[in-house]
Amino acid sequence: MSIPAGWQIDIGLEIHAQLNTRSKIFSGASTLFGQSPNSQACAIDLGMPGVLPSVNAEVFKKAVEFGLSIGAKINQESRFDRKNYFYPDLPKGYQITQMDHPIVLGGEINILRSDGTVKTIRVTRAHLEEDAGKSIHDFKPGLTGIDLNRAGTPLLEIVSEPDIKNAEEAVAYAKAIHQLLTYLEVCDGNMAEGSLRFDANISVRRQDAETLGTRSEIKNLNSFRFLEQAIHFETERQISVLEAGGTLVQDTRLFDPDRHETRSMRSKETATDYRYFPEPDLLPVMLTTEFIDEIQASLPELPSKRAQRYQTAHELSASDAALLSQDRGLGDYFDAVLTFSSNAKSAANWVRGDLLSKLKEHELSITACPISPKHLGEMIQLIDQGVISGKIAKEVFAALWSKQTESAGDYVRQNQLEQVSDASAIEPLIDALIAENPKQAADLRAGKDKLLGFFVGKVMQATGGKANPQQVNDLIRQKLSEL
Amino acid sequence: MNLNFATLTDLQKALRNRDVSATELTQHYLTRIDALDPALNSFISIQAETALDGARRADERLARGDARPLTGIPIAQKDIFCLQGQRTTAGSKMLGNFIAPYTATCSEKLADAGAITLGKTNMDEFAMGSSNENSYFGAVHNPWDPKLIPGGSSGGSAAAVAAGLCAASTGTDTGGSIRQPAAMCGLTGLKPTYGRISRWGMIAFASSLDQAGPMTRTAHDAAILLEHMAGHDPRDSTSLNEPVPSFSEGIGKDIRGLRIGVCREFFTEGLDPAVERSIREALAVYESLGATLVDISLPHTPYSVSAYYVIAPAECSANLARLDGIRYGHRCLDPENLQDLYQRSRGEGFGEEVKKRILVGTFALSAGYFDAFYNRAQKIRRLIKEDFVKAFEQVDVIAGPTAPTPAFPLGEKASNPVEMYLQDIFTISASLAGVPAMSIPVEFANGLPVGLQLIGNYLQEGSLLQAAHQFQQETHWHTLTPPEAL
Repeated sequence: MSIPAGWQIDIGLEIHAQLNTRSKIFSGASTLFGQSPNSQACAIDLGMPGVLPSVNAEVFKKAVEFGLSIGAKINQESRFDRKNYFYPDLPKGYQITQMDHPIVLGGEINILRSDGTVKTIRVTRAHLEEDAGKSIHDFKPGLTGIDLNRAGTPLLEIVSEPDIKNAEEAVAYAKAIHQLLTYLEVCDGNMAEGSLRFDANISVRRQDAETLGTRSEIKNLNSFRFLEQAIHFETERQISVLEAGGTLVQDTRLFDPDRHETRSMRSKETATDYRYFPEPDLLPVMLTTEFIDEIQASLPELPSKRAQRYQTAHELSASDAALLSQDRGLGDYFDAVLTFSSNAKSAANWVRGDLLSKLKEHELSITACPISPKHLGEMIQLIDQGVISGKIAKEVFAALWSKQTESAGDYVRQNQLEQVSDASAIEPLIDALIAENPKQAADLRAGKDKLLGFFVGKVMQATGGKANPQQVNDLIRQKLSEL
Repeated sequence: MNLNFATLTDLQKALRNRDVSATELTQHYLTRIDALDPALNSFISIQAETALDGARRADERLARGDARPLTGIPIAQKDIFCLQGQRTTAGSKMLGNFIAPYTATCSEKLADAGAITLGKTNMDEFAMGSSNENSYFGAVHNPWDPKLIPGGSSGGSAAAVAAGLCAASTGTDTGGSIRQPAAMCGLTGLKPTYGRISRWGMIAFASSLDQAGPMTRTAHDAAILLEHMAGHDPRDSTSLNEPVPSFSEGIGKDIRGLRIGVCREFFTEGLDPAVERSIREALAVYESLGATLVDISLPHTPYSVSAYYVIAPAECSANLARLDGIRYGHRCLDPENLQDLYQRSRGEGFGEEVKKRILVGTFALSAGYFDAFYNRAQKIRRLIKEDFVKAFEQVDVIAGPTAPTPAFPLGEKASNPVEMYLQDIFTISASLAGVPAMSIPVEFANGLPVGLQLIGNYLQEGSLLQAAHQFQQETHWHTLTPPEAL
């Protein structure tokens, strides 16, 4: 959808990312997803009387990793606040969050636009908080069930500046955050399980207007597609109201994917007063400079840096470099392959081609790949050394995948798959072929180069694929010129 | 030995010498509770069976010569401490049916030291009150005169010890809730440094102020009980990671040279002249013991009540939000919808004083008022802390009255909240600063107990207990017992 002429859109995203700690942010209960209702909620998560929260130190580490990765300032004094509102799936009647002292301040995310240009989206802040439970409406007619398994799951809420100008940029930004969080292994990124959820603050204004328009906040979008659709519907709605001479009210809206619309939940006038105040049950936590430095030192090479390295040091194409660096495990695998084979281009082709399609076919992650980087690297080396042909390599790859062998070299030896590079073994075959196919030989000699493939194919067939195709090429040309 | 009013030290000795068995002692108190408590109403629940079970085990331990420090000592616990499997109400209809699934850390520590819990004592609902008239389970009567209030909010704990229904009790103090009832009932009550005793399992009123503490007959007993309640607890982030000294061993030393600050602001109008006479008399005793009195000022004291009545309600408005009728506690009958469920459950479950404070706290935190109320109150709180820090550069202990008057008649101040709130005028500043403070009985006024408040520097409970103990070596006020109702 294109933006109607004369209008511009301003979008800021709030992304709620569940941090993948084993236990909850303020209790020792497990964060496992998909367990039977209320089986993962302890007295603290249930908000029983007299219980107290204590902070899971892991959340600071993960939040700092994210903050440092986007070049943000880390707030060394981390404080928590209470955000007060009543809802059945909020057991304490308040959410523990960080209002005045977010752990991450500022930072930037670069996104790639479809025209190939890079745009920088500024991050305002990211803060730690606890997730609420879930209300399951009408789980029996007229009854609402409360499942508090999710209550207390650590969240990092990442808030952007309104730098996003259309749905495409919003999705690119959301995907970049998703990629970074999963790359850092601080969030499992599982959208279907709600590990990443978006709130979009959307406003429109005339092209020449200097200040932002009246915004609406669309809550709880749990997929990239919904994010995109919600932005389309909401901007259309806002523009049509304004074009009809109407005015907008600042409100909070729900996206209804079935009816393709956003609906107002509450306006600014009826908004909840959250009555934030410092959480007295938790003392401020001081993050030491050493703690932050240690995390800085242990940060993995980030996707953008990695892609850059693949392009400059290994001369990969931009698309290969991007593909191999988007997933940390895949990048690590590729780097490991490179320690056994210096042919980066060939390695990239094998990894992004045969390997990824096999993994996809078997629904395996790269970490569960049956072929180790060493074995793949050795196989590529055999090709480069001319020991096996690319065609034989496919067979070796299949054997490695199915675990018929642990070593490409052994497999090639045991099955006598070495390329036949001995001209005396191939020459008689060529002589016989030329004798059997005089017309084709003559045509080829006359310049019908397409027929070269015919002869090469016949030789490869006769040698069971073991002949070196380049050598066969050369020999055929030589033979024909001698005629 | 008169078991009714025996001290912990007496009972420890008697149990070890087998002069009395834990079972006899427990039964003795249970019988007294049966006989006397209907008139006092100091208990909300009695755990006779578990207490007698505990006593039997204590006797086995004593027979083996394997006694722990408090083995066989029957105590009472304020009904704000969760005890696993026991009803824990906080004096509220809201929690009238609440069975705690866990035990408060300090109660667990006392049990580990061998103490036997006889029952849970009455209190102002959610510890909000200074007269114990705000309990859903009815007012508590002062053993010295049943027409009088026992003080609050730990009024049941105070009355039970004063009437000899248990050897000692636990209380909690947010703005004076241990010290004021101790003063009114003639007991020794100690509010430790904020963070000394874990708040885990103790139902919260105002998180940044709440502290548990002992209510006993003597300073020595308070020292013993404190030793077994205090200590770092990883489950409470505000709990102090500080070693717990052996308080009872340190109290014997004389106090020659002790510098006692006499705070000007504690001798203001509103202080009953009879109470002031008793306090001056007590200060004279200290001088005779070799202490030096130093005139000091805590200039921000006059603002303490105002600051407290913003901060405490603000925190309680959030702390009590979990009592929503959804997961436990009182739920109204046949709610029509969610809003109705919230409104009626909370409307029916909370008493008037609690509702008042939730409303005040909600208001103080709301948009547009937050700076004028909450932030200003926090500023005052910092100034009050600084007052204490400065004062403790000059003196070791600060002394003054615990409460402006002795116990007053039930119902007298019930309709005048401001006058009621002024009951805590001298105790609140130590709560806001987080410093330890205690109340000990001094010369009676018109036949009623009067409390001297001693305030110490951070973590200096030892100095307080020593000063209190030395005073009690010289005076007999703490040994007086109320006339028996029977």
